[in-house]
Amino acid sequence: MSDPGLTAQLEPVETAPGSTRKMVLNMGPQHPSTHGVLRILLELDGEIITKAQPDIGFLHTGIEKQAEALGWQQVVTLTDRMDYLANLSNNLAYVLPVERLLGLEIPAKAQWLRVLLCELSRINSHAVWLGTHALDLGAMTVFFYCFREREDILRLFEMFSGQRLMTSYIRIGGVALEPPRGWHAAISKFASGLSDKIDEYEDLLTKNPIFLQRTQGVGHLSLERLLDLGVTGPMIRAAGLAWDIRKSEPYSSYEKFDFDIPTCTESDVFSRFRVRVDEMRQSLRIVNQALEGMPEGPWKADAPKVVLPDREKMKTQMEALIYHFKIVTEGFRVPAGDAYVPVESPRGEIGFFVASDGTSKPLRVFMRTPSFGNLQSLTPLFEGRLIADSIASLGSMDFVLGDVDR
Amino acid sequence: MLADNLKEMPVPAAIEAWDPDAILHSSFEHGETTLWISPDKILPLCAHLKASLQFNRLSGLTAIDLYPQEPRFEVVYLLHSIPANQRLKLKVALPGDNPALPSVTSVWAGADWYEREAFDLFGVTFTGHPDLRRIMLPDYWEGHPLRRDFPTHGHKYSYKDE
Repeated sequence: MSDPGLTAQLEPVETAPGSTRKMVLNMGPQHPSTHGVLRILLELDGEIITKAQPDIGFLHTGIEKQAEALGWQQVVTLTDRMDYLANLSNNLAYVLPVERLLGLEIPAKAQWLRVLLCELSRINSHAVWLGTHALDLGAMTVFFYCFREREDILRLFEMFSGQRLMTSYIRIGGVALEPPRGWHAAISKFASGLSDKIDEYEDLLTKNPIFLQRTQGVGHLSLERLLDLGVTGPMIRAAGLAWDIRKSEPYSSYEKFDFDIPTCTESDVFSRFRVRVDEMRQSLRIVNQALEGMPEGPWKADAPKVVLPDREKMKTQMEALIYHFKIVTEGFRVPAGDAYVPVESPRGEIGFFVASDGTSKPLRVFMRTPSFGNLQSLTPLFEGRLIADSIASLGSMDFVLGDVDR
Repeated sequence: MLADNLKEMPVPAAIEAWDPDAILHSSFEHGETTLWISPDKILPLCAHLKASLQFNRLSGLTAIDLYPQEPRFEVVYLLHSIPANQRLKLKVALPGDNPALPSVTSVWAGADWYEREAFDLFGVTFTGHPDLRRIMLPDYWEGHPLRRDFPTHGHKYSYKDE
């Protein structure tokens, strides 16, 4: 984040012959199409952007610093607040390296529940992206439909965890609560109707000539450039590389699910839209498989020093009471070392580099967030192109500023 | 020097063959390879990893503060090779006084913001970085908040007057 003096660095210079004057335009931090508080300084030569400088940090809340002051289990609540559209992926990305350090065995049911909920949050995140992206480009109807779907998914999350947004449902050692009564029927009902709805939304946009003109051939970047800039997720897949961490480095039993990696080769705004819509269909496939094959058994690990005991056991067994007291007062200790487990979030690679010094609080939690890496492609996507296309390019990156600034 | 369980693995062995002095020590735990690299070798090593060993992505870059231990800082490079589907963790130990490293932005352009973040929050300088400014905090901020001796609560800034 920079003070207003930064504008001085973008002092207009006359370079191109024929042009008389360059203009510096301040976009944001409060701008409807930046979807959060992102400030971009633009230098314009007529309608062409000659320089674009993103300025981030307006939402920096020091989550990584706070994590060092909390116990291992408590950090889960902080991860919800980074990428507020896909909090379950964040929970999972934090929990996996800690479980690796602890050497915990997670029961199959908990793993499948994690997959199920992460895929629902992927559909949720893509639906919000689709609605707001279309709204930016002038197609308002899609927005209302997508938010209806989001509402249904949030109701499912509330059913599981009691919270709509900050679910904190995935915990170290399993999940927070037993799945509620009637969860299977509720998700089945939602999933059965979704396929037709995705087709409908796609039709609303792919048969909309304005949307096509504003997205096709706009915002192209080559695959090499994207990889070099640290971009991950759907933007890479829209450039032609079938790289998905769920396939290449499977976690939480993703290897047991059958799904495809949608790709396009054009690497423009429209291909990113195609990839994300196809990903919603693939997520739906995974949700249906998880509903069909959900294993029976415990939903939390057999690790009394880490996982809180059942209420019933605490009333009958002294050990359970002792463990409960220890976990609530001190937390649990994690063996010294560090671990990094990448996870495919709706936006790309999310991973927590977690370091422990053997105490009950983390030594360091580094959050490698997809939005931060993806936003680095803003400057090459903007420079030398039309200012009218910048809104479409910005939307196609699908970043969440809470995820960028942390 | 390579740990025994790493000698059979192609990438650490290739680095050892490229320059026997580059790796100070190494470990292989929980399926993750970590190599401690000497500070003057990190830039040529990264260039070599990208050019010859297919590490086409810098997944992330950060630091750890081990205060009051000395050497105080550890800069961590999380590397990823998509063609080989492999990950590698490089660490460089730095002293508490004037921690500085050569920037790897010339190898992976994406290192830009990660180095700025480490500079902003830890005070590690990256020489040769094209635009090393604070990224998260305002320019007038004093201190580096992710250092262990920076308090989580009760620092000198007050928001009451704002």
